[in-house]
Amino acid sequence: MATKMDTSAIGGCNPEAAICTRAVTRDFQAGQQTITVLHGIDLDVKAGELTFLVGESGSGKTTLISIMCGILWPTEGEVKVFGTDIYDLSDDQLVEFRLQNIGFIFQQYNLIPSIDAASNAAVPLIAQGMERHEAREKAVAMLEKLNIGDQADKLPNQLSGGQQQRVAIARALVHEPRLVVCDEPTAALDAASGRRVMDLLKEVAVAEDRACIIVTHDNRIFDMADRILVLEDGKVTHDGTDMPPSDFGDH
Amino acid sequence: MIWIAIRMLTGDAQKFFGLVFGIAFSTLLITQQLTIFINLLERGASGVYNVSSADVWVMDPVSRTTDVAYAMPSTALDKVRGVPGVEWAVPHIRAQASVRTKDGDLEGVAVIGVDDATLIGLPKNMVEGSVDVLSQPDSVIIDDVGTTRMFPGQSPIGERLELNDQRAVIRGIADAIPSFTSTVVLYTKYSQALNYVPGTRNRLSFVLVGAENPAEAKALSEKIEEETGLKAQTREEFARDGVQFIIENTGIPLNFGITVALGFIVGVAIVGLTFSLFIRDNIKQFGALKAIGVTNGKIRKMVAAQAGLVGLIGYGLGVLGTVGFIQAFSSDPTFKGFYIPWQIPLISAAAVTIILALTGWLALRSVLKTEPAAVFR
Repeated sequence: MATKMDTSAIGGCNPEAAICTRAVTRDFQAGQQTITVLHGIDLDVKAGELTFLVGESGSGKTTLISIMCGILWPTEGEVKVFGTDIYDLSDDQLVEFRLQNIGFIFQQYNLIPSIDAASNAAVPLIAQGMERHEAREKAVAMLEKLNIGDQADKLPNQLSGGQQQRVAIARALVHEPRLVVCDEPTAALDAASGRRVMDLLKEVAVAEDRACIIVTHDNRIFDMADRILVLEDGKVTHDGTDMPPSDFGDH
Repeated sequence: MIWIAIRMLTGDAQKFFGLVFGIAFSTLLITQQLTIFINLLERGASGVYNVSSADVWVMDPVSRTTDVAYAMPSTALDKVRGVPGVEWAVPHIRAQASVRTKDGDLEGVAVIGVDDATLIGLPKNMVEGSVDVLSQPDSVIIDDVGTTRMFPGQSPIGERLELNDQRAVIRGIADAIPSFTSTVVLYTKYSQALNYVPGTRNRLSFVLVGAENPAEAKALSEKIEEETGLKAQTREEFARDGVQFIIENTGIPLNFGITVALGFIVGVAIVGLTFSLFIRDNIKQFGALKAIGVTNGKIRKMVAAQAGLVGLIGYGLGVLGTVGFIQAFSSDPTFKGFYIPWQIPLISAAAVTIILALTGWLALRSVLKTEPAAVFR
């Protein structure tokens, strides 16, 4: 059922919120013109929920997700991730924060083509300074959890698209981040495969102490969300457990 | 992360080998050309190096090198012998002549006349025969370069030559450093050389001097100049002048300089282009790494490791190539005695470092400028 937007926490972040944005605005320069992509977004995302960020192309969802995970500075506003005001951190602290707390699943996977699946999945651990063999063991364990442990020694180009996506999921989860961000995970998949990926993500990525945000416009999977945020022209126009009836099929 | 960087690089075999080739080619060009240049320059002093026993060379004040000498009157020898501190002084003549072989070939040669009694002025070692052969009539000793040029594939011993219309018989082969022009050299006694080389009233090219105290050769040369009015130089000074003469009077430094510069530019071009392509092809991966939480510092180290690996392998191959080149041509008289001075690999290493630092920096700029957010676009 659709619910009204919860504005009770606006003006101060709820300490229990996994992600809290207040008055987040983002402008881009296009020549002489300033384009405002996000207009004062106030948002709380809870841990333990699978949250969908939905919107048409150009609605600002990629900009918002980039700001929420600390890779794009807002023009104005405040962003707290598990209580940390991430844009108050220095550049190096922010990078370290991402490394420790956020897992990314990119639409195009962005796996390194010349290292095998296990090494790809181990990248965040290696970047954290873990010894390579130990990191690899943990990565193999994660791949086994995702049912592709037998593909650990294969290079990305020896894997199917679905297997590559699982490697990308393993890479996002291997270091046990508190926030998982997923960009269009089903965009290139048929309906059945898309649902399988979503089932998998629900199983492995959603946890009580972890927030999981999925950016998508795939209406075939909307029913799997715990919460759906609809973004239109840089504003959150809907916040509920399902899509507003008029919007079904439009995205 | 370094391991990942190396795997990223070696995983793209085409670009990896392109980068290695670029560095190897640059190193080879720079090292090989500098080696040839330095060795050729040193040949400007070969006439001095071939006479190892002389501490001081005395000559007419206008003389500049062993090959550019103005003859002195024979009385110069006595003047030099009269200078305190001179242990011995012997005459030395160097002149140009033409030789006709029995096959009718014409060859320009240098005739060097050494002291009749002591044979000072001959190279230290012989390839074949003994220095004593010069006591036989019409004897000459040919240098090994001359042997290869005039008698390829055969022994010159016993060969008769028509040397400026006089008979000369080759009875020995000297192991000598070739001259800058690789001219054939015939050694004979001073008295015999006067017969072979028609000339003016003055025929004495140099007086070779042994110092009572070789450590004070410089002081002795100054004293000789003071007392005789002739020009006297220590062995090292005269050798240096020979090298300087080539630098000042030939286009060799410019030509070799251009080639070395081309080696550098080609290196920058090949490596720069390939490195940029490699980075561009992997920009999504670098962007993803940055988003995940790899700092710019670590990215810099990754690119530095990639450049370092390429540099090490390419540089090693380039230097090995130069060594191989020198080895392969060591039997050719043109390259006889060529060696790689230790400074040259250092210069090449510096050039390679600059190439990699420059191209790596250019390639790195695009990585550092990439916003992590770009991976979501």
